[in-house]
Amino acid sequence: MKARGVLAQARAETSLGLRRGESLVVTIGIPVGVLLFFGRVQRVTVDGDPLDFLVPGVLALAVMSSAMVSLGIATGFDRRYGVLKRLGSTPLTRSGLLAAKTLYVLAIETIQLSVLIGVALLLGWRAGGGIPLAFLFLLIGTIAFAGLGLLLAGTLRAEANLAVANGLYLALLFLGGMAYPLTKLPGAIRSIAELLPAAALAESVRGALESPVDIPVKSVLVLVVWAILLPVLATKFFRWEE
Amino acid sequence: MTDTRTTAIHVRGLKKQYGSRNAVNGIDLEIGVGEVFGILGPNGAGKTTTVEILEGYRRPDSGAVKVLGLDPWSEGDALKARIGVMLQSGGLSPGLKPLETLRLYAAFYESPDEPRRLLDLVGLNDSAKTPIRRLSGGQYQRLSLALALIGRPEVLFLDEPTAGMDPRARATTWEIIQALSEQGVTIVLTTHNLAEAETLCGRIAIIDKGSVVAEGSPGELTGAVMRSELVFTSTPGLDTDTLWKSLGVSAEMCRETASGTYVVEAPTSTELVRAVVNFLHEANAPLFSLATGQATLEDVFLQLTEETP
Repeated sequence: MKARGVLAQARAETSLGLRRGESLVVTIGIPVGVLLFFGRVQRVTVDGDPLDFLVPGVLALAVMSSAMVSLGIATGFDRRYGVLKRLGSTPLTRSGLLAAKTLYVLAIETIQLSVLIGVALLLGWRAGGGIPLAFLFLLIGTIAFAGLGLLLAGTLRAEANLAVANGLYLALLFLGGMAYPLTKLPGAIRSIAELLPAAALAESVRGALESPVDIPVKSVLVLVVWAILLPVLATKFFRWEE
Repeated sequence: MTDTRTTAIHVRGLKKQYGSRNAVNGIDLEIGVGEVFGILGPNGAGKTTTVEILEGYRRPDSGAVKVLGLDPWSEGDALKARIGVMLQSGGLSPGLKPLETLRLYAAFYESPDEPRRLLDLVGLNDSAKTPIRRLSGGQYQRLSLALALIGRPEVLFLDEPTAGMDPRARATTWEIIQALSEQGVTIVLTTHNLAEAETLCGRIAIIDKGSVVAEGSPGELTGAVMRSELVFTSTPGLDTDTLWKSLGVSAEMCRETASGTYVVEAPTSTELVRAVVNFLHEANAPLFSLATGQATLEDVFLQLTEETP
């Protein structure tokens, strides 16, 4: 695996990602929109500062949008167009391609987190204690959602993958405790939502950014289990040709 | 032991099953360095499976396969640096541009060719910065060819390379393939275009139902299936009695098939031609055209490959 090839592939993936308008809407537009709307226009009602609730939520949303939606849809169409097959006959190995896609997701996330934290600071948000821990949880969340995105991309037809990834994004936005607290959901739905990776990520990051830091052990465990399970399933079921 | 200085591809007893179906059922191939080798066969004959095993995409069930002395499956990483692949369709990101794509692929190889030079070679200079989704089918194929060449491959796999190309682009592509072969690049060409195979390939294997049913140079293949007929055109309504009598064949073997077009079914020879010329001379009739009906590769192909219902 040669670093030059991996970097070139990561650069191509990133510039393609930044050229896709719909991808920017999902990765930057919606998280910033949620932050501004529920942080300014229709302030979410929680105990304490709404921003302390919202900012961890939109950071989780950002990770979900780049690792699952953007990566997954791009990879699904790579598969549809035979790009994955064509790359398979070059010296860029599969692990090289995976490394390039990882760098792509990290590059998009760097842009997302810079924009979102910038906007949050402008709105008056101040970070709490465990910032490194928050980044660690975001990284674990990235692994879980990238696994989910690649699982869908490698098993469904490109159009079905597009629909399912966007549908899941919307569903998990509502069930993820991102824009409003899980406590507002009916009990049964809430119990299910707590076991899904979106809420687990949002709650983990929220706990890390509280002062003092308050780790929600159950959420972290749920997140870690998804971060192991989903990549394993993706590796097992991913098909390189549609 | 295979000599890797002269043998580029060595295949013995290759087999591959999909479920209960034998996609490839014992294929042997020996392709020399610098050869243009054609693989022909009807759809589903096992061509693609065979080529994809050579390219390292699929693992054979059994048999020995060496490309440049390497096992494409277990030594794929080393092999992929030395081969170029042009897929039958697809393979390129529609959002990237030709020059970008060539530069990207150049980064995968140790000593790549010049992206600009290759764009020029395939005549895509004017489209260097057009998104690939806006290229025509023929332009897309030409870019695929350029990409297959970017790593300066020793073995080049081309699957239907000129499908969708206009006649000018096709001629250019044929020139490129011939020039590469002269430089010692081994080329494996899968095609449905039999004229293309006849023009480019030094040797051809015809594959049907997972086996090689014929192999040889285009001349050897067509020579084996002589159609043995001579066609000439002259004024309509000539009395052919003297002709078939002089040739010693039956009347049905010598007839006017269309107004002014005469067919003689007999082994072609200079004697036959002389007899026809004498006949026309005595009948005081003109000779507009004369052709011996040697079988084409298409005749051979149709005869050897059974129609699948």
